[in-house]
Amino acid sequence: MSTQQGSRFFFNVDWITILIYTLLCTIGFINIYASLYNPDTSALFDFSSRYGKQMIYVVVALMMGFSILLLDAKFFSIFSPIVYGGTMLLLMVVLVVGRRVAGNQAWIPLGTFRLQPSELAKFGTALLLARYVGTFNPKFRDIKSIGIAALIVGFPLFLIMLQPDTGSALVYIAFMFPMYREGLSGYFLLIFLGMIVLFIADFLVPVYILIPIIAAIGGFFIYHNRRKQKMMFSMIMATVIAIAYLFIVKVGYEKVLEPHQRTRIEIMLGLKTDPKGAGYNVIQSKIAIGAGQLTGRGFLQGTQTKYGYVPEQSTDFIFSTIGEEWGFLGCSVVIGLYIFLLLRVINLAERQRSSFSRVYGYCVASIIFFHVFINIGMTIGIIPVIGIPLPFISYGGSSLWSFTVLLFIFLKLDSNRMGFI
Amino acid sequence: MENLFNRKYIIQGLFIVVSLILIGQLFYIQVASDRYFLSANSNVLRKKYTFPARGVIIDRNNKVLVQNEPVYDLMVTPNLVKPFDTLALCKIIGIDMAGFHKRFNKARSQSRYQRSVFEKQLSVQTYAALQERLSRFIGFETQNRTVRHYPDSVAGQFFGYVKEVSDKDIEESNGYYRPGDYIGKSGVERQYNDVLRGERGVENTIYNARNVPQGSYLNGKFDTLATSGETLVSSLDINIQKLGEQLLKNKVGSIVAIEPSTGEVLAFVSSPSYDPNLMVGRQQGNNYMDIFRSPNRPFNVRPLSGYYSPGSSFKPLDDLIALQEGVIDPNTTFNCPGGYWAGNHFVSCEHVDGNISLRKGLARSCNTYACYVFQKLMTQKKFKNKIEAYDSWEAKVRKFGLGSKLDLDMPFERKGRLFTSEEYTKRFGKSWGYTTIISLAIGQGEMSATPLQMANIMAIIANRGYYIKPHLIKAIGEKKAVKKEYLVKNSVDIDLSHFEPVIDGMQDAVNAPYGTARASAIPNILLCGKTGTVQNPHGKNHSVFIGFAPRDNPKIAIAVIVENAGYGGAYAAPIASYITEQYLTGKISGGRLAQAEAMKKLVVLPDVPKPKIKWAPKGTDSTKIPVTLPASPENKIVNTKTTPTPLTQ
Repeated sequence: MSTQQGSRFFFNVDWITILIYTLLCTIGFINIYASLYNPDTSALFDFSSRYGKQMIYVVVALMMGFSILLLDAKFFSIFSPIVYGGTMLLLMVVLVVGRRVAGNQAWIPLGTFRLQPSELAKFGTALLLARYVGTFNPKFRDIKSIGIAALIVGFPLFLIMLQPDTGSALVYIAFMFPMYREGLSGYFLLIFLGMIVLFIADFLVPVYILIPIIAAIGGFFIYHNRRKQKMMFSMIMATVIAIAYLFIVKVGYEKVLEPHQRTRIEIMLGLKTDPKGAGYNVIQSKIAIGAGQLTGRGFLQGTQTKYGYVPEQSTDFIFSTIGEEWGFLGCSVVIGLYIFLLLRVINLAERQRSSFSRVYGYCVASIIFFHVFINIGMTIGIIPVIGIPLPFISYGGSSLWSFTVLLFIFLKLDSNRMGFI
Repeated sequence: MENLFNRKYIIQGLFIVVSLILIGQLFYIQVASDRYFLSANSNVLRKKYTFPARGVIIDRNNKVLVQNEPVYDLMVTPNLVKPFDTLALCKIIGIDMAGFHKRFNKARSQSRYQRSVFEKQLSVQTYAALQERLSRFIGFETQNRTVRHYPDSVAGQFFGYVKEVSDKDIEESNGYYRPGDYIGKSGVERQYNDVLRGERGVENTIYNARNVPQGSYLNGKFDTLATSGETLVSSLDINIQKLGEQLLKNKVGSIVAIEPSTGEVLAFVSSPSYDPNLMVGRQQGNNYMDIFRSPNRPFNVRPLSGYYSPGSSFKPLDDLIALQEGVIDPNTTFNCPGGYWAGNHFVSCEHVDGNISLRKGLARSCNTYACYVFQKLMTQKKFKNKIEAYDSWEAKVRKFGLGSKLDLDMPFERKGRLFTSEEYTKRFGKSWGYTTIISLAIGQGEMSATPLQMANIMAIIANRGYYIKPHLIKAIGEKKAVKKEYLVKNSVDIDLSHFEPVIDGMQDAVNAPYGTARASAIPNILLCGKTGTVQNPHGKNHSVFIGFAPRDNPKIAIAVIVENAGYGGAYAAPIASYITEQYLTGKISGGRLAQAEAMKKLVVLPDVPKPKIKWAPKGTDSTKIPVTLPASPENKIVNTKTTPTPLTQ
C-alpha cells in the first residue's frame, strides 16, 4: 500500500467506473445544450440557461462525489438508518409544503433550486436495505425477513404514491434484484414478470381466449407436479389466482389509475392513438429518434430538436436528442456505456467482503437499470410515458446529484472493500 | 452460497437482454423504417410551390394559338386568420356567407397550419379589387397562376383542355402531381402534356413546433424556380382551320388537310366544334356539361374517331392496286349498262356509259367499272382460292393506312375497319365469294375509315406512292426538335407509273365537264379528287370528297366529310375546293367567294333528339339559304342486304 497522502483516499477507487460516469455526464451536457440550442442566443457559458446550470450541477456533482470518497467508509453503514429516516422525513415534508407541478407534489422549493425528495429516498432506502442484510444476513426464505425488507422498501413507496408520482414509485421494484441475489426465491421475480405479462395480455387478448390459455399452462404444471402434493396445490392456487387477477386488473385499472395514466398505457399498447394529445410526446420523440437514422444528423443539426418538436426534451426526453443527432450508432454507444457500467457495478459488488457493500452495489445497479430501461423504453414507445429521468444525462440537479451520491457511495465502499465495515 | 453467486449471471443476463430489446427497437425506428425520418421532414418542412406557365402553341406561320392569362388563387392559412370583415371579402369574390363558411371549413379540415386554396382562379379585375384590401384579411394571400387563352376560339378538339389533376391522376403519377396542379385531359394538351406542363418551382421553409417560419431549408439548396413549358409549333394553318370551321358550321362532319410532302396536318376540323375558351376558368365544369350534353357530341374528335365508309373515294386506291397487279391497264374497258350484277344483287350506276375505261370511270365514279376491277382482282389465276386473293388484296389496302392507326399525335385515335378473310368466313360461312363482298369495290360494306385515313390516302397519291405519318405538332421547343418518325417515308409499293392514269381520272372528276365534282374546279389550279356519297344507317348519305392540289408538286391533300348531306359533289367537294384555294392562293377567287359564304350559312344537321341546349351560337341564321349549287350525278348502291353497312361515327 502506498504511503502517499493522496493515494490513501483514491488508491482503490475504480477509475473505470468514474470514467464512464464522466462520459455519461458529458454526453448529458452536450445533448442538453443541443436540445436547448437556439442559433441566435447560445453562448456556451450562459449560467441562466439550462445547459449553463447543468454545467454547474455537473461540477457540484463531481465535488460531491469526491467528497464522498474522502469520507470514512464506515460512515454509510452506521448512519444509514439516519439517512433513511431523513429522506423519509423529506418525503413527508414534501406532502405538506411541496409545490404541485404537473399534478405531482414532488418538489420542495429551496430558493431557485427545487429539491425532489423521491430521488434522495432511493439511496436512503438502498442504504438501509443493505444495512439490514449486512447486519442480520437474512436469506429471504421466511416471511419475517421478507416482511422487514418489504417495509423498508414499501414505506417510501407508499409516501411517493401519495404525491402521487407513479414513475418514481415504480423504480422501487428495482429492490427486488438485490433481495433476489441474497436468496429471495426466483418465483417472486417470475410471479412479478407474470403479473406484467398478464396485465398487458389482459388488454390485448379477449378474456375468453386468455382463460383457456392460462388453464392450459396451469394444467400442464399441475400434471407435471402430480406426485408432489404440495407443489400441485401451489400450482392450482397459482392458476386460480392468475385467472382472478385478470378481473382484478380490469377493475383496478379503472379505479386506481388516473385517466392520464390509463391513456398512456393504452397508447403504449397501441389501443389508442392521440397524436395531438397524450400521444404527442411519444410520437414526436419517436419521429426525432427515427430521423437520426444510422449515423444521426450531427451535433446541433437535428431539426426536430432544434425547432422544439419534442416537449420536455432536455429532461425526460433527452434520449430523443441523442437519437436524432447521433443516430443509431450514438444510441448504441450510450446504451453500451450504461450496460458496461451496470455489469461493472455488479462485478464490483460481487468482490465485496461485506454483504452491506454487496447489497448496496446491487441496489445501485438495479436502480440505474430501472431508470435507463423505463426512460429509454418510454422515448421509443415500448413503455408507457413515465416521467423519470435518464441517469447522469437528463437535465436536473436533484437527479444528477442523487445518482452521483448513489454511485460514489458504492465506489467508496468498493475502495474500502478490504477493510471492515 | 455458491448457488446464490450464480444469480449474478441471471441479473446481468437480464440487463443485457433488456438492452438488446432497446437496441432492437431503436434499430427498427432508426434504420429499418424510414417512416419516422419522413415524418420528421414533414414536421419541419413546408413546401411552397410556384406554378409554371404551360407551353405556348403557335401555328405553322408563327401565329400564337394558345397563350397564358394570369389568374389568382386566393389562399388561406386557417390558424393565421384573425377576425375580419368577412362580408367585404365575400362581396369582392362574389360568394355568400354560407359559401364562405363552406370554403373555410374545407380549408381547415385539410390543415390548420398549411395554406390551402380558398377560391380558385380569380380574374385580374377581382384580384385588383381584392389586392387593395388584402392587408385587412389576415391569413389570406393570393397565388399567381396562369390559365389558357385561345385568341382565335377555334380548333377546340385539337387543343383539348386542361384541368386540375384528379385524385386518380395524382395516384398514377407516382408522386409527380400534387393537388392543384394542371394536367392536359384531351387533345394536344393531353398528348404533349409532359412537354407543355413545365416544372413546378418549390421553396422549402423550415417551421418550428409553433409553426413560426425559421428560414429557408439548407440555404435554399433544394429550392427551385418554376420553369415554363416548351413551345410547340403546330402544323396547323390557322387561316384554313378557321375557314374550315366556318364552312362546316351548322353541319356535322370533319375536314382533314395534310401537306403531302411532310405529313403535317394543315387543318383539323371537327364539327360541331366549341370555343376552347369555354373549357377554361371557373365555369369549366358547367360548360363541360353543357357541351357534353349538346347534340351531335362536340367532344367527338371526328377526324380521328369518326368511322365512315369511304364510298367512291376508295376507288382510286383499288384502281392503283389493280394496275400494280396488272389485271387492268389504263385502256382496259368494261361495259356499263347502268349497273353490275353480282350474283343475286345489283350494283347500280347513275349513268349508262357503255364501254368505260379507267380515266372516265374515275371521273364519273362508275360503279360498274369499280366492280369489274374488284372482280378481276379477286379472281386472279395466280391465287389458289378466294382466301388467298382476298388476303393479298387486304394486305395491299392496309399499306395505305386503312384498318390500323396512323399514330397521329393525338389521343383517342381509332383504327378504322377492314375485315380479314377469317372475319368474312366467320360471318358468311365458307361459301362467300367476291360477289358477296362486292360492296368493297365501291368503298362500302365492311370497311370504315377515319377522315384522317382518307386524307392520308390522298397524300399517298399526291406523293405518288408514299406517306409520312401525319402529325399535328411539327416541332417542339426552342430548338424546334422534330420527331424522327416524322422523317420516314412509308412506301405503299405501287410503281410510280401507275399513279398518273389514276390521277388523270381524279383530275377529270373535278375539271372535266362530265366529272362528279366539276362545280368545284378552282380557276388556275388543278384540283384532283374523288367524290363519295356514302350510304349509312343514320339518314341521308354522307357527302365525301377527297383530293389534292395542285396536280404537280402537290401542296395539300384533303378529306372532307359532311354527314347526311347527300352527294359528295354538293357539299364536300366545294368545301374542299374553298379550303384548297384559300390555302394555295390566300384567297377565294371571284364568284366562288359568295358561294363559300353561302356554304357557311347552310344548315345540314342530321335528325337528332330534340336538343336540351340550343347549340347554334346566337346570330346564326338557322334557315336554309337557297343557293344554286349544281347537283352532281352520283352513284348509288341498291340491294345491300348481303352487306349491311353498320356505320359508327
